[in-house]
Amino acid sequence: MAMIEIKDLHKSYQMGSNSLHVLKGINFSVEAGELVAIMGSSGSGKSTLLNILGMLDEANEGSYELDGVPIKNLNETKAAQYRNKFLGFVFQSFNLINYKTAAENVALPLYYQKMPRKERQEKAIKYLEQVGLKDWATHLPSELSGGQKQRVAIARAMAAEPKVLLADEPTGALDSKTSYEVMDLIQKINDAGNTILVVTHEPDIADMCKRIVHLKDGVIVEDKKVKQVRAAQYV
Amino acid sequence: MFRIDRWKEIIEVLTTNWFRTLLTAFGVFWGILILIILLAAGKGLENGIKADFGDIATNTMFVWTRSTTKPYMGLPIGRRFSYTTEDVESMWAQIPNLRFVSPRNQIGSDTPNVTKGVKKGAYNIYGDYPEIIRQDPLGITQGRFINHLDIENSRKVAVIGIGVVQDLYETDETLIGSFITVQGVNFKVIGVYKKEGGGGDQNAQKEIYVPFSSFSRAFNRGNRVGWMAVTAQDGTPITAIKESIFDLLKKQHRIAPDDKRAIGHFDLYEEYSRVESLFGAMRFIAFFVGFLVLISGVIGVSNIMLIVVKERTKEIGIRRALGESPFSIKLQIMMESIFLTILSGMAGIVVGALFIYGVNYALTLTGPVDMFMAPSVNVGVVIGALCILIFSGLLAGFIPARSAIKVKPIEALRTE
Repeated sequence: MAMIEIKDLHKSYQMGSNSLHVLKGINFSVEAGELVAIMGSSGSGKSTLLNILGMLDEANEGSYELDGVPIKNLNETKAAQYRNKFLGFVFQSFNLINYKTAAENVALPLYYQKMPRKERQEKAIKYLEQVGLKDWATHLPSELSGGQKQRVAIARAMAAEPKVLLADEPTGALDSKTSYEVMDLIQKINDAGNTILVVTHEPDIADMCKRIVHLKDGVIVEDKKVKQVRAAQYV
Repeated sequence: MFRIDRWKEIIEVLTTNWFRTLLTAFGVFWGILILIILLAAGKGLENGIKADFGDIATNTMFVWTRSTTKPYMGLPIGRRFSYTTEDVESMWAQIPNLRFVSPRNQIGSDTPNVTKGVKKGAYNIYGDYPEIIRQDPLGITQGRFINHLDIENSRKVAVIGIGVVQDLYETDETLIGSFITVQGVNFKVIGVYKKEGGGGDQNAQKEIYVPFSSFSRAFNRGNRVGWMAVTAQDGTPITAIKESIFDLLKKQHRIAPDDKRAIGHFDLYEEYSRVESLFGAMRFIAFFVGFLVLISGVIGVSNIMLIVVKERTKEIGIRRALGESPFSIKLQIMMESIFLTILSGMAGIVVGALFIYGVNYALTLTGPVDMFMAPSVNVGVVIGALCILIFSGLLAGFIPARSAIKVKPIEALRTE
């Protein structure tokens, strides 16, 4: 069964008197364990698609099922619950909370699951260890490099053990060496069986995924499986 | 529900910008401080003025005679008359809800009228019933006051003031059982009093009380009564029944019913109510002004919370993306606001209490001040202030909390 199932998705924004039709009927499904790159120039609608997939935004038309659960007409509380349970987010600008330490940032989604404090801290350390930042657990984001921040963000996204990891330009703010390190990490997480969607406009990053979906002017123009380039060889 | 993380976060948020938090807190602190000081000052003034009333039974009026101002039933204008013991009896018989009626006679003199041995002095001498001590309290320091047996047997006994003792006695002389001579009549001293309150008036300590019957006999008053102190039962203001008393007295003494000036009186209850309502108004003003100042502090808190929410829009977006429920975010903002309000309010209460303590201490050092005594606020007011604080904290947090969850997570994330 498909992990993500999207049918005839439409989204338009009201900009004053004229409306901007961003997504014009997207049909798209992702199996469990896939690593998909969503590509497109700016304005192609890739971020909008990701936001809808991430339940941060809602479509005007069409259906969206996540692991068999229809995502429709959610109130904010329900959406928050689903996001917490089903999804992990990685953002271009890392979006760490700057007055919390790396470990506290990682533990945050677990806090919203009302996991006991001690268990939460242990788990946060475990995930930091997986991204190689165990020794940085008590550091504030301001004391970390860009690549380290993104690794903390990935640890945070993985901590809640989500069904799908959504990454919005995860390497957009990083130099190419660090970008490859982050992609290497993403590939390893995918190797462990996790479903990952990466939005990017960099072809070399897209090539490191297993499948590339091209978006142009709100429709999918190309959807192909590719031979994955391992990031490890560049590191 | 106490959650350590929740509180940690509150502290973290409030301490990120110390100076701003302090300034905000100061608004509420100031409001509560002013509220407390105003209330305490009002209370101090009230205590000071009420001390002038002393322990006197406030539901009391004093009635005396004047001359008639209207001719009536063939009697001329300007006639003088006198109350009698019969008036007292008919008052008891016909006026309901009376508590005490004390007829009094009085002689006073500018020239010495009391002697003891070679010493002498000029004092007011009262012929009284035992009940007078419950209408105009005297502190008996030695012996006893007049009782009903003294009245029945017309005993020639006297209760003298501490001022009289100072004038007529040596320091270590035995007082009880000694004799004083009042206008040629010997009275045996049975008690000494010291009057509390009354603003420390020296003359109030220089009076002599003797039984009403003995007074009448010794000084030829027959059944005449100089004036009366009338107290009504609790729950019946004397002001409400005084007209019926006047009507009765007018009937007894053949005074025109519309003669307003023949009977003189002083209504203590009316005076006291006037003072009471004045203090009621003062309390209201204190509350009102204090509350307004507090409100401006609360608006300050609300303002800052709005700014904090604005600053944290992105953070709130991240939290929501990670799955924090809107309710939890709302709760967080509300708790921050209430915590800040209560903390600064408590500081205000504590400083206010210290201030009051200081004023009281200064008052004990300098001695009593006119019309001001023991400023204080009671626990009820403090609890009330706390309730106001919690309420205002809620109020201050409400709008910011709402604006925090109104932002869509996607929009919050876009904010840089």
